[in-house]
Amino acid sequence: MTEDWVLYEVFIRARAGLEHKHVGSLHAADARMAIEHARDIYTRRQEGVSIWVVRSNDIHAADPAEAAALFDPAGDKIYRHPTFYSIPEEVKNI
Amino acid sequence: MYTQALDAQPGAAGADDAEQQARLARFQERIDRDEKIEPTDWMPEQYRHMLIRQIAQHAHSEIVGMLPEGNWITRAPSLRRKVVLIAKVQDEGGHGLYLYSAAETLGVTRAALIEQLLAGQARYSSIFNYPTLTWADIGAIGWLVDGAAIMNQIPLCRCSYGPYARAMVRICKEESFHQRQGYELMLTLARGSAAQRAMAQDAFARWWRPALMMFGPSDAHSVHTAQSMRWKIKRFSNDELRQKFIDATVPQAHFLGLSIPDPELRWDAASQHFQTGPIDWGEFEAVLRGDGPCNRERLAARREAHEAGAWVRAAAVAYAEKHPEHAPAASVG
Repeated sequence: MTEDWVLYEVFIRARAGLEHKHVGSLHAADARMAIEHARDIYTRRQEGVSIWVVRSNDIHAADPAEAAALFDPAGDKIYRHPTFYSIPEEVKNI
Repeated sequence: MYTQALDAQPGAAGADDAEQQARLARFQERIDRDEKIEPTDWMPEQYRHMLIRQIAQHAHSEIVGMLPEGNWITRAPSLRRKVVLIAKVQDEGGHGLYLYSAAETLGVTRAALIEQLLAGQARYSSIFNYPTLTWADIGAIGWLVDGAAIMNQIPLCRCSYGPYARAMVRICKEESFHQRQGYELMLTLARGSAAQRAMAQDAFARWWRPALMMFGPSDAHSVHTAQSMRWKIKRFSNDELRQKFIDATVPQAHFLGLSIPDPELRWDAASQHFQTGPIDWGEFEAVLRGDGPCNRERLAARREAHEAGAWVRAAAVAYAEKHPEHAPAASVG
């Protein structure tokens, strides 16, 4: 079977001032080709002004099995949100 | 639609122990809450299997779908029509890539999927096995085939599987011009000479019924629809989508002055829908089986492209190995 080229994840900055955002992935022989392909595939309608590509294997992700341990503790800490605090209506600009 | 053959596949084995049943129930609850399923989440094997097949068939359809239209790029009647057609065909190639990428998140490689296609073991939409005989076929495809595809794909943007839904959002955004350029092309012919009008009518007459078949077998014969809808892979049944397409398209055809090639077509005031004559499912089955007008030609073209491109892929890898320093000009910043 023919093997696929390396898988890259593609991140695009839509315009100056915005962050790069993950848009998808593609296969390429090297990083330059990955950028060229990303340009052809993900920016045909002026979707971006900058491209990052990262080998998918180089991305480290949180273990989904640990999702509860990692993220549930934030669930009951409502005092971290501004709406937790009640301020009389007469008080302005706060 | 692009995944018609799924409807004819037998179901996979069900869960057999209590723990598995509990997992399935929790999974179904997530789906019922309209939560999206992501690649690293637990999912039933049958869900994974259905998705791989559906997304792969959809991806193959995009790629094979480039062939009937590519046939007319060199003969487009004006530069404007030519750049439009090239842009559309290029979009289809991109759509194939988004979809193969979505399938890869389910643990299958693109190389394996392409291998299946080239070996004649994979299915793609029956519609692409019909020939593009005249320039008007390019208009009919954009208007009818892409129109039917959009009808099917918009609900897929809300599919329960995250990567597939995200790919569909992107595809739908890009595809909206495909249908409009096709209709505009037909409109130009319809307002042209008698020969041009006849050409438009001929193309319409040939594509109308195959376009209706794109939605797949009728609900009564669609084995997988119920499970697929429970898992929110599919949101509407084949017949619902087909009816929606008919109701939208008949008035568009009338506006063009085209006659519908169906003597039994009539407006049903009671249901507020157009009713059509019976669809020839024998023809549909034959095309899916490989006996359509262009099945062999399409696969041969894909195989030739794949084989003739082998040296390019090998050269790119050899170059990358020889120039490990061949990094992009700028570092991240």
